[in-house]
Amino acid sequence: MAIRLTPVFKYALAIFMSLLFLSPIYVIVVTSLKPLDEVSLATMWAFPTAIDFSSYAEAFSALAPNLANSLYLVIPATILSALLGAMNGYVLSKWKFKGSEILFTVLLFGMFIPYQSILIPLIQFLRTIELYNSIPGLILTHVVYGLPITTLMFRNFYANIPDTMIEAAKIDGAGFLQIFRRVIIPLSITGFVVVAIWQFTNIWNEFLFAVTITNADSQPVMVALQNLSGSQIVQWNVQMAGAMLAALPTLIVYIVLGRYFVRGLLAGSVKG
Amino acid sequence: MADEVIDKAAAKDRVKRKKAVKDRWWAVAFIAPSFLLVAVFVYGFIGWTGYVSLSNWNSLTPDFSFAGLANYIYLFQDFRFQADLRNTLFFTLLFIGFVIVSGLGLAVLIDQKLKAETLFRNIFLFPMALSFVVTGVVWQWLLNPSTGYNTFLAFFGIQPLWYTDTTILGGFQWGSIEFGLPVAIIALVIAAVWQMTGFSLAMYLAGLRGIPEELREAARVDGASEWKVYMKVVIPLLLPITVSVVIIMAHISLKIFDLVYAMTGSGANFVTDVPGVYMFETTFRANYYANGAAIAMVMLILVAVFIVPYLLANRRREG
Repeated sequence: MAIRLTPVFKYALAIFMSLLFLSPIYVIVVTSLKPLDEVSLATMWAFPTAIDFSSYAEAFSALAPNLANSLYLVIPATILSALLGAMNGYVLSKWKFKGSEILFTVLLFGMFIPYQSILIPLIQFLRTIELYNSIPGLILTHVVYGLPITTLMFRNFYANIPDTMIEAAKIDGAGFLQIFRRVIIPLSITGFVVVAIWQFTNIWNEFLFAVTITNADSQPVMVALQNLSGSQIVQWNVQMAGAMLAALPTLIVYIVLGRYFVRGLLAGSVKG
Repeated sequence: MADEVIDKAAAKDRVKRKKAVKDRWWAVAFIAPSFLLVAVFVYGFIGWTGYVSLSNWNSLTPDFSFAGLANYIYLFQDFRFQADLRNTLFFTLLFIGFVIVSGLGLAVLIDQKLKAETLFRNIFLFPMALSFVVTGVVWQWLLNPSTGYNTFLAFFGIQPLWYTDTTILGGFQWGSIEFGLPVAIIALVIAAVWQMTGFSLAMYLAGLRGIPEELREAARVDGASEWKVYMKVVIPLLLPITVSVVIIMAHISLKIFDLVYAMTGSGANFVTDVPGVYMFETTFRANYYANGAAIAMVMLILVAVFIVPYLLANRRREG
């Protein structure tokens, strides 16, 4: 059976699939720009007759505190987990010791566990140290459970730095710290970008920890969005505007730095 | 004179060794905090959850008296949990199957040297940057029986009930549930595949780019059709990637919570319920902590069945 796809067919297929993939975004955008009286089930796909930003205003006033919470959460959590990941990755790639590979595998397992299996003790623990229902508590949580993935990414990244560079620095009399500061860190910019984008996206989008560890005042935006869509009073043009606002930060990062996002995606799944 | 040289060399050696010892300590200091945290927060907490799952803590006040396997026995006789296991099985099979087929298909399509290849790739990949919550909120409307895609499907005279359908296809009585494919699950699968196809697409595209063109060329010279080139040369070479995709998707699927919670909830007769949702509701809404812990342990074991061999195989390949 000879299948030679004709160019026309190829493009037609690619464009059809693209439209299919974009249709949810189309619905979000179109619905969020409609005034309330145009929002009906029958005209879901229709263009708005006039562009109306009132649903954004309403969604923003509902979500603003939570958007701020998400920022307070995601920035420190991303920086801390990237730093720790770089430190671990450096040791596990350039200062291997007996058993370090086994330790690494033991660490990696933490990346795959269903977080439900640590949630009850985690909440008890956060209550004990009085970080339950607080953003610092959520930061701690994301830093700890982000360690396996950030370590994996940096370890694989550093594996590409030739060992001869480390040896040369050692002969020049540089020790562990100097090599990290003067050789590894300057070569890590891309690594930090990839890891930071990955962590930013994941922590921003995360829901399970957010919904169980925080209440009203410290809730990140995804929990607030879920509450917004679950309530009967809120019209769905506002829900769509809310979805757009909640998705925007990660979408912008993806559009601007998509290349690095894909590198992170590949780095997180293929080992060494 | 000679003694002095030897002394000097010995001194230098001592300094060097001292430095090496110092470096070792630094290495330990770098990784110790992370490993201690993971030891407590991952392994310690799993142990604690296991302990809770064997206790009588099924109210707001902790009660750690030993209950044996009572919580597990309750679960496996429970209609809702049996439904969850059935739903998870079908969701996982369909989800993995479609993610692989659509990711591979789109990767091959993009690999045909399309113009605007970057644009197409970005379009298929962007849902990966969204939250499952956003996906759930939007697809809840897109697959609403009275609007969304059904507006178009009306032209063809089909109006699926999507996630509101309570039919179990090919059902037969099994335990206290009807075992078979819950039709409502398909709506969840569609939303999840839309979101995760980008992952397998990116993996397969990287894989395709890694296959030297000469290999395909050689097969063509031997007279293989383009179809045969893919079936006999390319896809077998992509097998390791397929294995990775299956494992990663399986673990996402087995612990899925946010998509279901945001999009459908448990559904009538629990047709769209999954262990993740059950665990959340029974623990944090109804205070059945021991039951919730038992569900979590079952989820952990299911994931571990996939992940542990995968991690060990990776270790061996590297070591």
